[in-house]
Amino acid sequence: MNADPLDTAALRSAVPRVIAILVRRGADFAAAEDAVQDALVEALRTWGDEPPRDPQAWLVTVSWRRFLDATRSETSRRRREERVEEEPEGGPVPDTDDSLQLYFLCANPALTPASAVALTLRAVGGLTTRQIAAAHLVPEATMAQRISRAKRTVADVRLDEPGDVATVLRTLYLVFNEGYSGDVDLAAEAIRLTRRLAASVSHPEVAGLLALMMLTHARRAARHDAAGRLVSLEQQDRSLWDTHAIAEGVDILQSALARDQLGEFQAQAAIAALHADARSAAETDWVQVVEWYDELVALTDNPVVRLGRALAVGHADGPRAGLAALDEVDRSLPRRTAAAAYLHERAGDLALAARLYAEAALLAPSIPERDHLTRQAARLNQSPER
Amino acid sequence: MKYLLLKHYRGPKTSTNNVPMDQWTPDEVDAHIRFMDDFADRLRANGEFVDGQAVAPEGMWVRYDGEGKPPVVDGPFAETKDLIAGWMVIDVESEARAVELAGELSAAPAAGGRPLGEWLEVRPFMEHDHSQNEW
Repeated sequence: MNADPLDTAALRSAVPRVIAILVRRGADFAAAEDAVQDALVEALRTWGDEPPRDPQAWLVTVSWRRFLDATRSETSRRRREERVEEEPEGGPVPDTDDSLQLYFLCANPALTPASAVALTLRAVGGLTTRQIAAAHLVPEATMAQRISRAKRTVADVRLDEPGDVATVLRTLYLVFNEGYSGDVDLAAEAIRLTRRLAASVSHPEVAGLLALMMLTHARRAARHDAAGRLVSLEQQDRSLWDTHAIAEGVDILQSALARDQLGEFQAQAAIAALHADARSAAETDWVQVVEWYDELVALTDNPVVRLGRALAVGHADGPRAGLAALDEVDRSLPRRTAAAAYLHERAGDLALAARLYAEAALLAPSIPERDHLTRQAARLNQSPER
Repeated sequence: MKYLLLKHYRGPKTSTNNVPMDQWTPDEVDAHIRFMDDFADRLRANGEFVDGQAVAPEGMWVRYDGEGKPPVVDGPFAETKDLIAGWMVIDVESEARAVELAGELSAAPAAGGRPLGEWLEVRPFMEHDHSQNEW
């Protein structure tokens, strides 16, 4: 952190606190958020090697001034006569942190998932519109519109209204799964935001999601080879896994599970932990993995979970059993054909497996997966045993 | 989710209001163009617009012709059945929304002020990064 004269992480973590301070001084959320975004952009542009001694106080002062300017021009535009009451600048900043409320507001159920993600990244994550747009590969103007529409949607929601942790977790998990594109690592950003949430809310599923993210993220370096090709879990070089992140993830998960309020994220984290625990793919405790999938099916019966369970059954009880379990999975699921190819290969039917891999490549939703599946088909088609 | 909405000068399927544009009245042409511009502006305001471009009907075909040789250039082929006119890229919440927007775009006014009813090709983008997925 010291290498970076402008500590952007500290600056960004001040953003939700500053928004909350402006709201407490009487600004509405939309105007406060705009003012803080302006101040943030100015900070990134002008601080350079000499950031102010107290970045948060600077942000409060500058964004409050921006808010007043915006309110004044709005007022004169409407030719109103009322005067905005000015709060003295540089007054004491209370150190209560109600930025937690922003998590709820930005993940309000009235928002579409994409809007909740964008608003969370800006108001809670302290990212600029430009960074959020680049991470989603859309024009900055489009993202700016998406965010202002989102703010209009929640305009009548009070910041102190109780929110739903489940929608916050869904939003953060979406951010995590957006991975990495542009200059912002959204997976790391999701972990940072979930960690902060976990520090202020004691909820086993918050801990479960944090553990899941950490255990998944710990394998990231092994997930692609030097040429950018996808590497399957079985083939990954496990020495590349981040053992510190795994140890922390397992600790967080264990204390969450000890509270005996199982949820979807804890169960998924438990599966990730079983993979992280195995020194080699062959040492994976597949019987336990299947048991956790059974818990997941009981908690949330969705086809993606059933697909994962069928693959685990294929390891625990053999590929024929896995194929039988796969029979119960919704046929329209895009990754189902890839799973069938994998299980048929393990069952020794290489010709069928090759055909299914080729078919699965056409259905793949992402480029790395398509290329991975095409290589699997090519490998089997070249195999002398076929 | 990003989708490509593909417009064709000529495609495998015929529009319901299949009068060539050069036979519309100038006002009908203007109304059509205004509709297209307004549609894109509406998507910008919605936060759903990514890109929109038009391409000229006349182009050429190019291919590699061996080491040290210039590429082979062929065409244009006036008879090509499938001729792309342009595209719009949208970033929307669901496939249903992409279909809804394509339906609206296809209703652009044409001859007689009636909807053009052209067939638009709707294709989902493949995602670039899905780094959290494991096989």
